[in-house]
Amino acid sequence: MKKLTAALCAAAMLTGFASEARAQQPPTPDQPQPHGMPHMLDNAVFAHLLFDQLEGRFGFNEGNSFRWEAEGWVGTDVNRLWLLSEGTLSSGELDDGIQQLFYGRAITTYFDALVGTRWDLDSLPTRGWGAIGLQGLAPQFFKVSAIGYVSGEGHLAARLEASYDLLITQRLILQPQVELNFYTKDDPARRVGAGLSELDAGLRLRYEITRQFAPYIGITYLGQYGATARYVSAAGESTQQVRFTVGLRTWF
Amino acid sequence: MTRDPSRPVVGRRRFVQGVGAAGAASALQPWNALAGSSPSVLSGTEFQLELAPLTVNVTGRTRSATAINGQIPGPTLRFREGDTVTLAVTNRLSFTSSIHWHGLRIPSAMDGVPGFSFDGIAPGQTFVYRYSLKQSGTYWYHAHGPEEQTGVYGSLVIEPKGGFAQRFDRDYVVVLSDWSDESPLTIISNLKFQSDYYNHNRRTLGTFIQDAKRDGLGATVEDRLMWGDMRMSPTDILDVSGATYTYLMNGQSPAANWTALFRPGERVRLRFIDAGSMSIFDVRIPGLPMTVVQTDGNDIVPVTVDEFRIAPGETYDVIVEPREAQAYTIFAQVQDRTGYARGTLAPRPSMAAAVPPLDPRPLRTMADMGMEHGAGGHAGHGGPAPSGTSSSPSSDPHAGHAMHGMDHGSMAGPQDTAPRLAGRVGVDNVATAPRSRLSEAGDGLDGNGRRVLLLSDLRNAKRGNDPRPATREIVLHLTGNMERFMWSLDGIKFSDAAPIMLKLGERVRFTLINDTMMDHPMHLHGVWSELENSQGDYRPYKHTILVKPAEKLSFLVSADEPGRWAFHCHLLYHMELGMMREVRIS
Repeated sequence: MKKLTAALCAAAMLTGFASEARAQQPPTPDQPQPHGMPHMLDNAVFAHLLFDQLEGRFGFNEGNSFRWEAEGWVGTDVNRLWLLSEGTLSSGELDDGIQQLFYGRAITTYFDALVGTRWDLDSLPTRGWGAIGLQGLAPQFFKVSAIGYVSGEGHLAARLEASYDLLITQRLILQPQVELNFYTKDDPARRVGAGLSELDAGLRLRYEITRQFAPYIGITYLGQYGATARYVSAAGESTQQVRFTVGLRTWF
Repeated sequence: MTRDPSRPVVGRRRFVQGVGAAGAASALQPWNALAGSSPSVLSGTEFQLELAPLTVNVTGRTRSATAINGQIPGPTLRFREGDTVTLAVTNRLSFTSSIHWHGLRIPSAMDGVPGFSFDGIAPGQTFVYRYSLKQSGTYWYHAHGPEEQTGVYGSLVIEPKGGFAQRFDRDYVVVLSDWSDESPLTIISNLKFQSDYYNHNRRTLGTFIQDAKRDGLGATVEDRLMWGDMRMSPTDILDVSGATYTYLMNGQSPAANWTALFRPGERVRLRFIDAGSMSIFDVRIPGLPMTVVQTDGNDIVPVTVDEFRIAPGETYDVIVEPREAQAYTIFAQVQDRTGYARGTLAPRPSMAAAVPPLDPRPLRTMADMGMEHGAGGHAGHGGPAPSGTSSSPSSDPHAGHAMHGMDHGSMAGPQDTAPRLAGRVGVDNVATAPRSRLSEAGDGLDGNGRRVLLLSDLRNAKRGNDPRPATREIVLHLTGNMERFMWSLDGIKFSDAAPIMLKLGERVRFTLINDTMMDHPMHLHGVWSELENSQGDYRPYKHTILVKPAEKLSFLVSADEPGRWAFHCHLLYHMELGMMREVRIS
């Protein structure tokens, strides 16, 4: 629980920067000029924090859980610091508490390269990873990201995410979303097995009361596979969870 | 397309229409910027202007604005050609600001762009501008920063020494602008996070079904896949819309209904100025043809139209002759049809005529992407620009003569920029087949059944005063990345770019190629932009030229005033985010 609080505090710190731009000092021209350069906002720093998922998941057979997935960034068009935070709270236990801090650089028209660290911070033993990846907007407006990880123990992992916003009306938006996690080695302490370990998918229907405030309902699916499924079963939990979900998408 | 039923209508009406002047003034304490009639007029040779915060109520909510002499717009300044005027501008705002005299041919030290010509006016300081007036016509003045959005703008009329070219009985300034209850920084920040934040007319499942019924399922799917492949939306018309803006005419909301009086049979001169930050307006007066007599301060051969498009920075003077003792609506709808500014021409106060419905919303097409007809997809990946980039830059028959005098060696360089632009972070499209569009009215106007002013209609009243051909061509691509909301020239933002160097006295041709899917009013400070529009030696003298998507056009410049000048898109947030260059004449 402490770790959850810490993660939320870090997120809250980022919101402090939200929605305010501050002009940076423009580069000094080669030769001294009588009055320097106009201060424009073209290299200004902006910051935003998005809670893409802030939701209760209500099981048909299993218990209920609360999940958040947030991303915040601060920076210019090209250089940004990214904070990605997610976790699931069920029966007083925090699972899947993945916190990531990246330096992101815009490298093509629609894609950013990311490099940084990932910390698995939850009720299970903590793990640290180095991370490198890509995120951006693929053709046909699919928001995608692919990040690879390497741990100090030589474990490799990968995570692929994709989502799509289908506008039913200007304000009613259906969002299919999928996240896949892969690991190269077993980590029984974290109930993670080699191969495709986990698939998290959702179909969320949100209503944008404003752009920044959009409650949603949806169906979410969380499935564990292979060795991961065995670890999870051994812990007495279901490996295939389909849940009714109610939440809020909001950004600052 | 129909209005989305899920969209709340209550509250929005007041937002878009604004608050009626009388109601607001009586119900609310703050001084109401909309309660006045026309802006007050100051004339003579000595002027005092004060920039200060002002509490206003445009939409029913009180907000802090920035005003000139307590008014939005600021007072109309009436100068006389040949006079030397002195303007003491005091800044009572909490940040450095300034006044730029838009379109005036004055020394660069008086131009008023903080950073170029001076350091700006610090809070509490007064800067005294002093310059001689070598021109006449309708102009305006404004801050050269975000505070322009919140009210630092006003009109400026210079009376010609030799008398007006046209006879008229009444003379009104019509300042069009846009007001938002959100701060400029909030608007920019929202657009950085979600570039279609203010677009509530995106394509939906509903429009898909409509289009499929009309065009067939296969064609509609193909169309959606083509736009999806480019990651662009044909509904991108204006970046900031009526979703946040209330459109103003002389500072008054549509509900407040600014009114100009006339007696039937009089000739009424209306001096339209687009002082909006992000709004391109289409202006008409149902029932009254308008004779356009001047643009950007320069008299043109009169041309009678039903409607004209005016972009931020531009001015158009029209003369109308209402013969009936009835009210006429001055209707200025914005290009994306999300709202309008409105006023009334009437023989008596408190009259009103019907307000026409908004026209259908335009959609961008592949033609706006600069592709050959029928070509699809992959614009984002660009391709080497074909001959379009290197062909003769204009439709001006006299351009051919000019070309003889040009240094073709120096022309080779800039033509190579197009292929280098593709794939840059700040460039989402390179027009592979840009073309002249001066004889098109523009997206939302073509084919509307009305006689709409074309840029090719503009013919200067007098022959140009510099018959020399251009000796050099400067090619600039107007570029952007809508998804990231980045704007630039040649893919390079202002702060990262070197200045464009011109030799004092030289005659150059600027060729602009618009690679973006939006219209950009390009404004050059300090010197005239003579648009090459097939009018030979009677090219119109402009200070702001609206460049359509995928358009290639050119203008001539006589670099006759030394200094550091700004050249930029006059859509405020495009300029702030990098669609600007320094042009240094020395």
